[in-house]
Amino acid sequence: MALNILVAVKRVPAPGAKIVLTEDAQRIDTKHLGFTVSPHEECAVEEAVQLTGQHGGESTVLTLGPEVAEEQLRTAISMGINHGVLVATDDEEWDAIATAAALTDAITTLEAERGAFDLILFGNESADAGNYQVGVRVAHALDRPVVSGIKDIEVTGDGVTMKRAVDDGFEVMQLPLPAVAAVKEGINLPRYPAMRGRLIAKKAQIRHITPEQRQGGLSRVRLRHPQQDQTETQILGTGAEAAPAVARIFEEVGLL
Amino acid sequence: MTTVLTYVERDGDTLAKPSRETLTFARSLAEAHGWGLDAALVGDPTEGSLADLRAQGVATVHALVHDHLDDDAAPAAVAEALVQLHTQLGPGVLVGPGTDHGAEVMAHVGARTDLPLAANCTTAAPADGGGWDLTRVRWGGVLLEDAHLEADVALLTAAPHQTAAQSAGAPGAAELSTFKPELDDALHVTRVKERATRGGGISLATAPVVISGGRGVGSAEGFGILEELAELLGGAVGCSRVATNNGWRSHNDQVGQTGTRVAPDLYVACGISGATQHWVGCMSSKKILAINTDAEAPMVTRADYAVLGDLHELLPALVEEVKARRGVG
Repeated sequence: MALNILVAVKRVPAPGAKIVLTEDAQRIDTKHLGFTVSPHEECAVEEAVQLTGQHGGESTVLTLGPEVAEEQLRTAISMGINHGVLVATDDEEWDAIATAAALTDAITTLEAERGAFDLILFGNESADAGNYQVGVRVAHALDRPVVSGIKDIEVTGDGVTMKRAVDDGFEVMQLPLPAVAAVKEGINLPRYPAMRGRLIAKKAQIRHITPEQRQGGLSRVRLRHPQQDQTETQILGTGAEAAPAVARIFEEVGLL
Repeated sequence: MTTVLTYVERDGDTLAKPSRETLTFARSLAEAHGWGLDAALVGDPTEGSLADLRAQGVATVHALVHDHLDDDAAPAAVAEALVQLHTQLGPGVLVGPGTDHGAEVMAHVGARTDLPLAANCTTAAPADGGGWDLTRVRWGGVLLEDAHLEADVALLTAAPHQTAAQSAGAPGAAELSTFKPELDDALHVTRVKERATRGGGISLATAPVVISGGRGVGSAEGFGILEELAELLGGAVGCSRVATNNGWRSHNDQVGQTGTRVAPDLYVACGISGATQHWVGCMSSKKILAINTDAEAPMVTRADYAVLGDLHELLPALVEEVKARRGVG
């Protein structure tokens, strides 16, 4: 059965070892940073490409963000996604309720035009905001079953088998289609886009949808760094001769 | 009286550690305002978990009882049960642990009530002029966000590893009360149908020591010596995102923002530079030892201890040293 799959992604900064805040403490200073798709969502994109590769069908990538988030849609298209849709906002962050409401409206619009999505994939949580809820809210608004923490998806006949990673293994769920899943990194290894994919992505038409902003109820006052204990690093040595000193640390923490 | 209702999970006979942390978080909110502290859990609580609930100062324990509320329950069904219980108790606070399961259940609570949910909070208090002032973690804990939640009812999850679980000054009655929700059949569609357990070995999340490897390990085979050391010390092997992306280790072993967040007594980072993605997964460890050739690597400058050398030279010597001290081999 050919599948119609939607993947929702978010543009986020790609920080290195340190995060610097702007002077007004409202956001991360991105002057010297690149942007990327949240890691779980990059895997959701790869999963959609693999599933439509196996079963046939089409895939669409959707994001809510500023105009420049087209970059992340084109990255997804270069990996093999067929269509890109931008729900265009100003550059402000929308909270989970506002984001979910706008995505639900956009999905309803797209489905009225091209038919229902069999599968809608989200990342388990975004790297920056970490709200852990947008996919569940959208699924609830669309009245579709949803599972989170998914590390394996197999479409079988008119249903789908999903596996959720837990501490000591996997939980297996069987859902009817259409369904929604919030996936986690580890479900696959995302491909590096090939030259052909990048050429297709460069020329791809991106559909723009203008959303209405619902007031969600959670608003930022300021961002700040947690207080860090300034620990002086104690150097135990430079090679094999440090082994006894390391073993003494093992003793101190009660391992030996 | 306002009640702080806390959703808790069992781990075998006792309460799971993140749930005890969440109760301590919830109790500090309740005590500051003279509110009651209740807990809700799926199915009948065991003796061990009741003891934990008493120690945490819980007044009433609500057992959510229904044919489909068991270890395999659908998060949506648990959420609907919590919503019904919370409605009966009256407005207040509903807080769950910021674990994978807790976050999923509370997301369903948010969706079903159409109320805002603040994930991974470290503090919360009623705001002057209505709503709630709170602090939550972002970027897996490397940043804090002071935020305002505009709602009568506060839906929260408590950030894992941020509040140490502490017993209450006076134990609670933990009086048992059964709550039987009415659940629509459609809620059970996402029940767990079967389980596949990995079996054996010490779980990464609860190991007392984690020996973790990154780019510096160089290959899948290079992890052999980390395995040997971890086994000798009764710990688990972890890895960085580089190691999983190179196919050296399974993603189940990945420590970091998109992997497992660990808080062992000792975290040993072998050949890991310490990007934000990795750091937030290990920063709650009691002590951190970095083994790295680069003295400027963030993992080295943030660690408690460091060996500035090649892990391939140190680890074999360390394995021999540990064996000698143990009187093995």
